[in-house]
Amino acid sequence: MPAARRAPAWLLAAGALIGAAAVLPAAHLVVVVAGDWVASLETALSSRALETLLRTAALTAAVVLASIVLALPIGWLTVRTDLPGRRLWAVLCTLPLVIPSYVGAYLLVAALGPNGMLQDALGVERLPSIYGFFGAWLVLTLFTFPLLLIPLRATLRRIDPQLEDAARAMGRGPLEVFRTVVLPQLWPVIAAGSLLVALFVVSDFGAVSILRFDSFTSEIYVSYQSSFDRVAAAALGAVLVIAMLALLLAASRIRGAKTVHRLGPGTLRPTQPYRLGKWRWPALGFCSLVVLVAFVLPVGVLIYWASKGISTGSTSLNTIAALGGNSLLIAAWAAALGAIAALVVAALAVRYPSRVTRLVERLSHAGYALPGILVALGLVFFATRAVPALYQTIALLVFAMTIHYLPLAVGPIASSLVGLSPRIEEAARGMGRGQAEVFRTITIPLARGGVMAGAALVFLHAMKELTVTLILSPIGFKTLATDIWTQTTYGFYEASAIPALVLLAVAAVPVYLLSEQGAAPP
Amino acid sequence: MIRPTPHPARLLVALLVSATVLLGGCGFSTEDSGGGSDEPETEGITLYSGRIPAAIGPAVDSYEIKKDLDVQVRFADTADLAATLVEEGDASPADVFFAQEPGAIAAVAEAGLLTELPQDIVDSVPPRFRDPEGRWVGVTGRARVIAYNRDVVKESELPPSPFGLTVPKWEGRVGWSPATSSMQEYVTALRAKYGDERTKQWLEEMVDNGAVAFPDNVTIRDAIAGGEIDVGLINHYYVAQGIAEGGPDYPVGVYFPPGGLGSLMLLTSVGVLESSERKTEAFDFVRSLLGDESQAFFTSSSKEYPLARGAEADPSLSVPIEQIPVSGTDLVDLKELQATIDLMKESGAL
Repeated sequence: MPAARRAPAWLLAAGALIGAAAVLPAAHLVVVVAGDWVASLETALSSRALETLLRTAALTAAVVLASIVLALPIGWLTVRTDLPGRRLWAVLCTLPLVIPSYVGAYLLVAALGPNGMLQDALGVERLPSIYGFFGAWLVLTLFTFPLLLIPLRATLRRIDPQLEDAARAMGRGPLEVFRTVVLPQLWPVIAAGSLLVALFVVSDFGAVSILRFDSFTSEIYVSYQSSFDRVAAAALGAVLVIAMLALLLAASRIRGAKTVHRLGPGTLRPTQPYRLGKWRWPALGFCSLVVLVAFVLPVGVLIYWASKGISTGSTSLNTIAALGGNSLLIAAWAAALGAIAALVVAALAVRYPSRVTRLVERLSHAGYALPGILVALGLVFFATRAVPALYQTIALLVFAMTIHYLPLAVGPIASSLVGLSPRIEEAARGMGRGQAEVFRTITIPLARGGVMAGAALVFLHAMKELTVTLILSPIGFKTLATDIWTQTTYGFYEASAIPALVLLAVAAVPVYLLSEQGAAPP
Repeated sequence: MIRPTPHPARLLVALLVSATVLLGGCGFSTEDSGGGSDEPETEGITLYSGRIPAAIGPAVDSYEIKKDLDVQVRFADTADLAATLVEEGDASPADVFFAQEPGAIAAVAEAGLLTELPQDIVDSVPPRFRDPEGRWVGVTGRARVIAYNRDVVKESELPPSPFGLTVPKWEGRVGWSPATSSMQEYVTALRAKYGDERTKQWLEEMVDNGAVAFPDNVTIRDAIAGGEIDVGLINHYYVAQGIAEGGPDYPVGVYFPPGGLGSLMLLTSVGVLESSERKTEAFDFVRSLLGDESQAFFTSSSKEYPLARGAEADPSLSVPIEQIPVSGTDLVDLKELQATIDLMKESGAL
């Protein structure tokens, strides 16, 4: 680690602005909680809140663990071995990310639930219940583990193979090399990816509501929807923010423990892939199983429904195209803004580590840990009071999406900066270039892979976002996600399959780019 | 395998351009029925609707045409809209709130956000179907009933109340939807009438008797039609819709249990925001919802009970509205929903 340098003022100012924006929803919670301290404390410290918190922590830990168990072998197999079709497997294993958790959950219920397809196929009276912890764990793992797989693969490609070669030359077996040489270099990225998975699980409502798992976020929704108690909801939201800060602290411990740079910007010596030999059959079986359960089956059910939906002629092609256009517009702007904001946050945190810049990075996570309804209502509160002209405009909707999903972009950009020696930038400085110029001509181009990955992740999640869109969009503005909602609200599952498939198709483009991230040198 | 990666800036520009072009091609606004005209700048009112477009569209359209006024509609979950209204406070762009569930509109009224409706509007709805303080009125009613498969079950076999569905005869044959707000309101009404002990006992017996949980009313109805289960606890109009689509041979029938708390009326309701600057038009819109034309639309399209005085329920509804107790005014303290959810969880129903 080079001695910490002072961040340029313009970068710091931009970072402060972004941090302030990201913290708006959390600030709203403080406003509401401050309105009724007693009731808030009572809710936050109730045994019910504590139980729910523990239950949510258990689910989060289980999903993170399972995600590591899936992502680590898949990442290694698709980057470091001669697995047949490994690039295809990489894309296929990333695709589950395009399936919104609420779609994934109702597909699971349709397939494995009471009177579901499996029960019909087996002809049995009753199957073990998928509701509760198991179902939520399964759905959240299957549809979020790529959040860990993506950065993991990028890192696996980037780490210096010479260390492994040296270890192998010294006679260590492949497993031992992996454990003693590769794994230690992966811990920071596993921590960062797990953090994204964990925060997703904590703030998810779609899957847990359909699968009836009482998570902290469902408790927040129940406060709004059944008891109409905004103070209780805000108090619980505040607990969530505190829990998130603890998670961040833990993750940064692991991440900060070890920094490994490559010296050069590119020209990685191509690694000799491990030959799998007869092990390629179990490896292929493993990948196939994951792709089958997490992608082929859900998409198959959707296509089956869509074919029934088309025959009843419920959705016109023009409508779908318009909905897709709206989704694309919001997601693309959120991705662009998110990538720029995240670049600022990541550059500050990685290149100019200090108490202030670390604070900015942590604050930038505040909007991601909160469920969509709290983000939306927080912006309702501030926009109606401070900038009524912007209320319920596309601009505010994009802003909301940006701060909601900012950390998804910060992670990959920070990793790509960490993996890059600051000496290149220092050399440019030494040659007399200004800080801004170095940032523009050296830092941004070298962080390109991370910026793209970050933008793609924001794009993907903004496409899927529902609650924020319903509350903050201009009146009459509808997207693929809101159309799916309208249809499923009244049980028109067949009709909802068509917008769902279009959403998947559009979202699959950034996923393809994501799985290719790091395929080329920066 | 080294390939050039597209430059991120170029990629983003491409995405933004394509999104904007797509929008230009398809028209910015995708609203359909109920959404208003293409010129958003026309004078009009703003409606927050917890009911989906298909359920209110024609009623909104007919008002727009009659008055030559634009009605802008925001569609979302009733409860989310209620929470949004509370955060917006005086700055709300909404003039009218149309709620699918009665609890939400009561909460908005409690927050002091609804204005008192003019006497003529209040008077046009019987007292059972409106807020005692005149801040909201019911528009339509939906009854909780027992649906059954007419090919398998004779109406005379059905018990006088859902309490009778826990005997061995019905084991594994009953469907319900504990996660829906309509079922939860029904359970809240049971608690109010019979107490927590009796209600919990019934819930436990239902679970023990193998009641099959479905995510919503539609899936219960379809499961009955498909022969998976024989009876189900649902809202009456889903069956009416099924009959409308499936014709006279549609196998599902509706049974209004005469005894106990057999059926329960759930209201959809409407109120006008205190902060509205277009109260005259907003009141007018409410009058239109309670007018003959809209009430006839609700009656014929969804077979809901019309609540305006003098409006006739669909002839297929055999039980007169007077015989059905009403959630929210007769029986249910809506703040009790949280306790109901707790009770349902304790008994294993949720």
